[in-house]
Amino acid sequence: MGLNRETACRLAEMARGGGINPEDIITDTLGRISEVDGKIKAFVDITERDTLLRKAGERKKGRLSGIPVAVKDNICQAGRPATCASKILHGFSPPYNATVVDKLEGEGALLFGRTNMDEFAFGSSCETSCYGATRNPWDTERIPGGSSGGSAAAVAADETILAIGSDTGGSIRQPAALCGVVGLKPTYGRVSRYGLIAFASSLDQIGPITKDVADCALLLGVIAGHDERDSTSANVPVPDYGSFLNLDISGLKAGIPKEYFVKGIDTEVDKSVRSAIETFKKLGVKTVELSLPHTEYAVSAYYIIAPAEASSNLARFDGVQYGYRDAAADNIVDMFSATRSGGFGEEVKRRLMLGTYALSSGYYDAYYLKAMKVRTRIKEDFDGAFKKCDFIITPTSPSPAFKIGEKSGDPLAMYLSDIYTIPANLAGIPGISLPCGFTSAGLPIGLQILAAPFREDTIIKTAHAFERAADFRKKKPSL
Amino acid sequence: MVLYYNIMKSDKIIDKKEVKHISRLARLDLKDEEIDYFARQLDAIIHYIGQLKKVDTSKVEPTSHPLPISNVFREDIVRPSLKREAVMNGAPDKEEQLFKVPRIITEEF
Repeated sequence: MGLNRETACRLAEMARGGGINPEDIITDTLGRISEVDGKIKAFVDITERDTLLRKAGERKKGRLSGIPVAVKDNICQAGRPATCASKILHGFSPPYNATVVDKLEGEGALLFGRTNMDEFAFGSSCETSCYGATRNPWDTERIPGGSSGGSAAAVAADETILAIGSDTGGSIRQPAALCGVVGLKPTYGRVSRYGLIAFASSLDQIGPITKDVADCALLLGVIAGHDERDSTSANVPVPDYGSFLNLDISGLKAGIPKEYFVKGIDTEVDKSVRSAIETFKKLGVKTVELSLPHTEYAVSAYYIIAPAEASSNLARFDGVQYGYRDAAADNIVDMFSATRSGGFGEEVKRRLMLGTYALSSGYYDAYYLKAMKVRTRIKEDFDGAFKKCDFIITPTSPSPAFKIGEKSGDPLAMYLSDIYTIPANLAGIPGISLPCGFTSAGLPIGLQILAAPFREDTIIKTAHAFERAADFRKKKPSL
Repeated sequence: MVLYYNIMKSDKIIDKKEVKHISRLARLDLKDEEIDYFARQLDAIIHYIGQLKKVDTSKVEPTSHPLPISNVFREDIVRPSLKREAVMNGAPDKEEQLFKVPRIITEEF
């Protein structure tokens, strides 16, 4: 029946009409996974059919009743493996659910499986996973983006209806752009991080990856909200995000930051985003040119702050409480080192070293403190910008999906591919990526919309208006 | 703008000795060829990051967190927690209610 190709909103509508059986959704989705996942490799763990049928049999009422959701492998789901795509967590199954998982199950969602990612979410290509790379459904020789590449690829290939990712420097938005789907990083604190295995605690946010903006609004509404188990979650009321669909956006002001349209950006990406700006103008949006002068320092500040936080968060992986241990050592310090050296992959080691260096005695002021001050500057740029406009339009990624292996030998080139997404994490503001075109080779291009803190409503409203005006959803990858 | 980068090869910031020192602090046991490899890469990354020096931050407060946050308090009451067996289950080695590790003290005193 091809129910796996539908959106969550459409399935809910069909269910209200009494036209579908939850078993058929399971059959179609599992069927699609077994048909294409050998090529895509989006999943690292797939829930058994019997478990799904049992859950569906409960006929739990809710906003996501019977809807398949795929969850990134760094978000705890009791009794399923949670490995962050790392050997060091081999064999670990958490004894508790992340708040997000509780909320999904509370609304009747069916958790279909765990998706591949860059190891510990350190990467932009999904290539650093200990399970091997996920493939881009639009061209399986290319990367799906990262780090939530498995979630984005699964949605793009219709192997799930909805997916959950996490975004520390672009890890939801960049793979969404490269796979031609919708991905939202909420405001820092909008979604509870309880049960998200921490990478950089002041930057991490969980968010939705979906086939369209209406599903994004639906899923965000389910996962957002205050949680007393995450002391950094914000006690700010959650609006009905669905009420921001189908609205007139004329009269709103869009900021176009000049620093995002410069030499180095792929010409087809540039053209496509500029044409999206024209579409917004036709919708009655006024545009203002802006300057975010500290944009060029964002990658540098990020590659101090994120690895510094990661080096302390990942200290807990030492072979004592969970996962892999190198049992050969005869004293504890050697055991720690042998376990970590054998359990972590190359990119993780590189970032732990970078973070340890930045925090080490004698360098703290020059690097870490300096980076935190530059972070203030970047945040001030956005504060000023949102006095002049309601939302900001940029490309999501400077280039479409690159070939597998193309950048894996050059970490700095890889880091620079996140130049457009990192500033939002440093400033804590929300951002979405949604499709705005294709290259001549048929690769998807993503448009990024940024808004002020807790203005996900503005993002949903403007993204949905754009999606209706320039619909790229009908095109699907041929697999 | 920084979609491309240039590295001056002349002045090394991180050398092999430094990488060895950091790897000990990070509890990573690196092979000689890994130390060489990381020394080159980390040096390139740190050179790039050095551009932060160009930003005037003399009167700027550091941001450790994107949103204003304050201490979160709650009543100190006993609430149910995870079962000990469930928590211990993932441990590579354990005995009764304890995580088991190799010797901690290696020298005779």
